[in-house]
Amino acid sequence: MALLEVRDLSVVFQRKGEAPFHAVDGVSFDVEPGQTVGLVGESGCGKSVTSLAIMGLLPKRGAKVTGSVTYDGTDLLKLSDKQMRDKRGSELGMVFQDPLSSLNPVVPIGLQVTEVLERHRGLARKEAMIEAKDLLDKVGIPDPNRRLKEYPHQLSGGMRQRALIAIALACRPKLLIADEPTTALDVTIQAQILSLMKELVQDLGTALVMITHDLGVVAGLCDEVNVLYGGKVVEKAMRHRLFAEPRHPYTHGLLASIPRLDAPRGEKLTPIKGSVADNIPWTSACAFAPRCPNALDVCRSVTPAEEDQLGRLLRCHNPVVPGTPAAEEVPV
Amino acid sequence: MSETLVSVQDMKVHFPIKRGVFFDRTVGHVYAVDGVDLEIKRGETYGLVGESGCGKSTLGRAMLRLNEPTDGKMIFDGQDFSTLKGEELRKMRRRIQMVFQDPLSSLDPRQSVESILVEGLRAHDLDEGKESTAKRLRELLTAVGLPTSALRKYPHEFSGGQRQRIGIARALALNPDLIVADEPVSALDVSVQAQVVNLLEELQEKFGLTYLVIAHDLAVVKHISDRVGVMYLGGLVEEATSEDLYEEPLHPYTRALLSAIPVPDPEVEDRRERILLAGDLPSPANPPTGCRFHTRCPWRQATKCDTERPALRELKPGHKVACHYAEQIRSGEIQPHEVKPILVEEGDGLSPDVPLVGPASVTEALNP
Ligand SMILES: Nc1ncnc2c1ncn2[C@@H]1O[C@H](COP(=O)(O)OP(=O)(O)OP(=O)(O)O)[C@@H](O)[C@H]1O
Ligand SMILES: Nc1ncnc2c1ncn2[C@@H]1O[C@H](COP(=O)(O)OP(=O)(O)OP(=O)(O)O)[C@@H](O)[C@H]1O
Ligand code: SF4
Ligand code: SF4
Ligand SMILES: [Mg+2]
Ligand SMILES: [Mg+2]
Repeated sequence: MALLEVRDLSVVFQRKGEAPFHAVDGVSFDVEPGQTVGLVGESGCGKSVTSLAIMGLLPKRGAKVTGSVTYDGTDLLKLSDKQMRDKRGSELGMVFQDPLSSLNPVVPIGLQVTEVLERHRGLARKEAMIEAKDLLDKVGIPDPNRRLKEYPHQLSGGMRQRALIAIALACRPKLLIADEPTTALDVTIQAQILSLMKELVQDLGTALVMITHDLGVVAGLCDEVNVLYGGKVVEKAMRHRLFAEPRHPYTHGLLASIPRLDAPRGEKLTPIKGSVADNIPWTSACAFAPRCPNALDVCRSVTPAEEDQLGRLLRCHNPVVPGTPAAEEVPV
Repeated sequence: MSETLVSVQDMKVHFPIKRGVFFDRTVGHVYAVDGVDLEIKRGETYGLVGESGCGKSTLGRAMLRLNEPTDGKMIFDGQDFSTLKGEELRKMRRRIQMVFQDPLSSLDPRQSVESILVEGLRAHDLDEGKESTAKRLRELLTAVGLPTSALRKYPHEFSGGQRQRIGIARALALNPDLIVADEPVSALDVSVQAQVVNLLEELQEKFGLTYLVIAHDLAVVKHISDRVGVMYLGGLVEEATSEDLYEEPLHPYTRALLSAIPVPDPEVEDRRERILLAGDLPSPANPPTGCRFHTRCPWRQATKCDTERPALRELKPGHKVACHYAEQIRSGEIQPHEVKPILVEEGDGLSPDVPLVGPASVTEALNP
């Protein structure tokens, strides 16, 4: 049994006077200690809602969560708010995209770290201070003694993100969920943070769920990758396999549409036509059909089921044949 | 007609930092752009890259005189754009158009697409009667790949990519020579970015446009540009053709930047060596002495680096670099060493990514 087993996780938002909205629709994945699992997809595909659902952070009213999230044998969805709060502080850590909104603006960084250490690890104030300094040092914050006394707004974006990681690390979580932890940062700072996260996974055996829209980040960091589209996992594979041979038309299209730094001059980009605004509901179709170069008639009348294709999961009626070049030029 | 369309000479933009009850005291300056020289040739795409706060947008805006430069000038098609006034300035402005990062905030939500486009035409007396204007609008929409039915719609009715097409149509409407595109795709979904990148390339070919593309994503910039300038803390540190820059980056910062950009290919990622920079970008309000990169440079030397500001110089044809030791670094004579992160002094609470309007103290944060 894996450390984290997410099964058929669905989140439906219900607002008064509006049709229910399926933000996450039957998502399943496992994460083992020392493993990094990626959730990748474009804006609005349900990445953050998935992570919030796992962490029990969705509003109780208005969001209906179904399925199961089994962590170390316990279904987190069945825990009380209090039990979940304890878990979050100790075994489950989370790092968000915007560190400023997840740090307490009026409490010095040092106190925010030591609080966690005192509460969850039972350290005395003095020990906690020493450990906090160690932690800041470890995440690459220069002059930790002084930084401990400062407030979040006195730190730069990169330093704040590091502080947040230090807080997440303070309780030595077994599972860390990072939701676009580097999206707001510059690439040179991103490289620092990603290498830090890699170390965590390798040295401490932390299980990491990495949420990002950046396929480059996924390529370097994740063991297994889940590609989400419109709330569903449309392709799931180990990273080497996924990138070497993307089979879902969406994954394939994404890879053909991003410029690569190492590409020769004159590289051609093949965009995916339309936008997520063109999606149709999954209820009796493939949501991607209006944008898909491989679409068949059946794609608009039957929801594709998740199928195991030689060690990869695919949700598609007409997957890309390995070795196919990018789809025909679409009108710009 | 000379080959050079744009020549920026020793451009400086220093923003005063005001404090005091009436913001009447100048306590320092943000050296957002601090002495940039560059030339853009007719019909080429010049890419400007660099990390947040390095002054890319400010430079672009200063060229259009949306920010008045503190010093320096821009020669546009042989005329000194920085001293033009009144009617002449207005006329020249038509020839330089801008495309912004966030199409929604740069388009008036209460105006239909038609009125957005016509407004620009009118402002420059290009509205020549109903029929020809209608024809022009249809041409524009076709050029950017939108249906003519789009004319009657409002910006919020479009997706991000479509809105960016409207922004491009608005710029195109005036038949400009130069388009300054500031982060034209960074607000768009990955799957949509390529649509806009391809459109820009297509339009360039069709209308013989010259582009200045400002972006932080070096992969996008490399793809779209003929030549690339790399900025760090208000200055250009390297300039080369996009292939050259990638094949042989000469400046330590460019090397680090290139090595930091993830490539969507696990085979490549597993083999890559990263040059991890220590610490943060220093504040442009308090830039380091000498070479501005010396606080983070893994190749930094004991002499000159922290005392003399290196000038941008040509090291090989068409490839310029601002580093005292570029030759020795290139030959491998000087090897990188470890750098301890240095605490970035935020000085006046000014860090590159803290907005200047933000709270200056915790008390202020508590009582906004
Ligand atoms: N509290 C909420 N109430 C209603 N709808 C919501 C709520 N939170 C999210 N949604 C919707 O659920 C969908 C998925 O949102 P989510 O935030 O998970 O996207 P994401 O994949 O994280 O995107 P991004 O890359 O932009 O962060 C979106 O359409 C969003 O509008
Ligand atoms: N109007 C202004 N007044 C004062 N300071 C400013 C002003 N505009 C920009 N700055 C400062 O000048 C510096 C350069 O800003 P600029 O917006 O040009 O950076 P950039 O390279 O475009 O960054 P980004 O990638 O974040 O857009 C920053 O430190 C910024 O805070
Ligand atoms: S199911 Fe059909 S429409 Fe959906 S991705 Fe596969 S081929 Fe395309
Ligand atoms: S001048 Fe010195 S500090 Fe600056 S980039 Fe060159 S070696 Fe590094
Ligand atoms: Mg999100
Ligand atoms: Mg900018």
